[in-house]
Amino acid sequence: MPLTIPREELMLQGHTACAGCGATLSMRYVLKGAGEKSAVAIPACCWAVIPGEFPYTALKVPLIYTTFASAGASISGLREGLDAQGKEDYTVLAFAGDGGTADIGLQGLSAAMERGHNVLYVMYDNEAYMNTGIQRSGSTPYGAWTTTTPVGSKRDYKRENKKVVADLMIAQNVPYVATATIGFPEDLERKVAIAKSIKGPKFIQILSPCPPGWYYNSADTVKISKLAVETKVFPLYEYRDGKLKVYKPAKTLPVSEYLSLQGRFAHLREDEVEEVQKAVDERWESLLKKEQS
Amino acid sequence: MEAVQSSRRIMTGNEAVATGVKLSKVKVVSAYPITPQTTIVEKLADMVANGELDAKYIEVESEHSAMASVIASELTGARSYTASSSHGILYMHENLHWAAGMRVPLVMSVVNRAIGPPWSIWGEQTDTFNQKDTGWMQVYCESNQEAMDSVILGYKIAENKKILLPLMNMLDAFTLSHTSEPVEIRDEKTAHDYLGDLDLDFKIDYKNPAGYGSLVAPDGPFMEMKKDMRDSMYNAAGIIREEISNFNNLFEANLPGLTENFMMEDADYALITAGAISSTAKYTVRKLREKGQKVGLIRLYFYRPFPGEEILKAVKGLKGLGVVERNVSYGQRGPTFEDVVSALYRRADVPVRNYVVGLGGRDIRVKDYEKMFENLVEGDNEMEWINVGVK
Ligand SMILES: Cc1ncc(C[n+]2csc(CCOP(=O)(O)OP(=O)(O)O)c2C)c(N)n1
Ligand SMILES: [Mg+2]
Repeated sequence: MPLTIPREELMLQGHTACAGCGATLSMRYVLKGAGEKSAVAIPACCWAVIPGEFPYTALKVPLIYTTFASAGASISGLREGLDAQGKEDYTVLAFAGDGGTADIGLQGLSAAMERGHNVLYVMYDNEAYMNTGIQRSGSTPYGAWTTTTPVGSKRDYKRENKKVVADLMIAQNVPYVATATIGFPEDLERKVAIAKSIKGPKFIQILSPCPPGWYYNSADTVKISKLAVETKVFPLYEYRDGKLKVYKPAKTLPVSEYLSLQGRFAHLREDEVEEVQKAVDERWESLLKKEQS
Repeated sequence: MEAVQSSRRIMTGNEAVATGVKLSKVKVVSAYPITPQTTIVEKLADMVANGELDAKYIEVESEHSAMASVIASELTGARSYTASSSHGILYMHENLHWAAGMRVPLVMSVVNRAIGPPWSIWGEQTDTFNQKDTGWMQVYCESNQEAMDSVILGYKIAENKKILLPLMNMLDAFTLSHTSEPVEIRDEKTAHDYLGDLDLDFKIDYKNPAGYGSLVAPDGPFMEMKKDMRDSMYNAAGIIREEISNFNNLFEANLPGLTENFMMEDADYALITAGAISSTAKYTVRKLREKGQKVGLIRLYFYRPFPGEEILKAVKGLKGLGVVERNVSYGQRGPTFEDVVSALYRRADVPVRNYVVGLGGRDIRVKDYEKMFENLVEGDNEMEWINVGVK
């Protein structure tokens, strides 16, 4: 298979991300697909810090930093402002964390999608508030340790299921919705290309492993990203023209293969891992059913 | 005599404001409804829907998003506008700071309304007095004519490259927003030529990619940026004086300076007011003058930048001054009082009283002003609540 990833680098050296940061790979691939004629909005999140200190920037695209809850509204403003001047050829995108998307920014996201602006909202999902030091978000998965779900003597890990924003966007009938992850860069690139070709609102949720937040060796980011898909913990799917398409991995693995590499799940007993396996299997089945219907 | 079509119309304050927006060639409108601002955004929606105003209209889901979206659209180089009131203004507070810090020259109209609880949709200025430290310029209008003119003038001033700070123009709930008055509609072509297109040196441009609002460490230019905002606001006063005079000449308009002095020449006692309540105050001044009392009024048109020099000049020779606040601050005297006293500090020796009036739409009657003038002879006070506890 020929490589489909554009050569052009719009994310440059000199950024300030941690070693092995999955969110930097997400940005790098997304910008390759979006192209230089882009305008990006970044709310408060790790990515508000990663491009570097004023006046330097590691990104070769114009970007506006916004308040935490404002990604959705900001891309709406960018789009309409550019269109009002005949600059319809810009790709307008948000690049926001899971907290800024699933929690404080959910209203703004939902409204921007509902209004139908020609924008792409990218949620890089590292499954917690990492910029503030690993606090639980709505997108943190069941079972995870975070500093606000600290396990403790009462086994107070995250007891609630992950709020999957991509599913909310599907429920809202957003024209194009996809999940992706950096371990499958060509799949990610393809999805960005499709999003770019559609005039209207688009949403892509990219699982972006985080070594310091998930407690794993920073060399394992790509491996963990792949395992998330192969264990069906983070299924890859696309929703377009009202149809759901689920990617079925050639080989599948038990969730323990994914969980055991990460310190954030180290406290889980065997029976608790079984619970996770059950929930993952149930969600997978229900996805397949939705795909059929 | 030649028949000329009159450009004078009877219209509400909210219609006047919407007309001002149209005359300013705004390209993006983004707003969320709230009483008593609603008819502004309805009128603008009509104008866009009927092709009278060639603009994009974003029907946002909140005021926080309204402000976020116009910050972004303005930064693309498109002149942008929003309007709100009361809780909507409080809700966008974070993004008000963001707008000023981004140096985007937005104009926003605010219909001044009370803050709950308890719920009240009536007039009061606490909503915008709470925003005096956000880096926005503030003007308080006394008439519907001023409400329209302040939008056009507002863009001219905000977009001045020596200023580049956003401006909010205020009109009182119902007294102006929903009350009809004759308004001279400024000539559209003259207004368009006067403002031209928005011309930002820094904006969203893929050929010149920059990060707007990026991180600054303690040894970076953070304090320098804040100081520049403060200096720009401070120095704006001189530019505003000039621009008001240009505006008046060009449009044969009648805007005051940063303040308006009413019967102040030989006055012994004077009040300071802002907004539509000034009209009743003027009526009272005239009435008392007829009785031989030497009283006058200083009306604040601009509140940010604060017209300290104008006030200092106006109070020379006064025996007593009263600062009338249509807002409330808890734990200290009112913000206008503090600003006035600070402007006079060691430069004028006049006793200053502080009055709180008209919260939650409470009526401010001629007899209330008479009482305020009467009490001025008593010198300083702590704070006096007017027309309270008496029915
Ligand atoms: C209104 C507001 N509340 C809280 C914060 C503090 N804050 C900044 S970033 C952040 C977490 C961001 O989490 P997420 O969106 O998941 O992005 P990540 O840091 O994980 O990349 C928080 C809580 C803020 N900047 N603004
Ligand atoms: Mg996160």
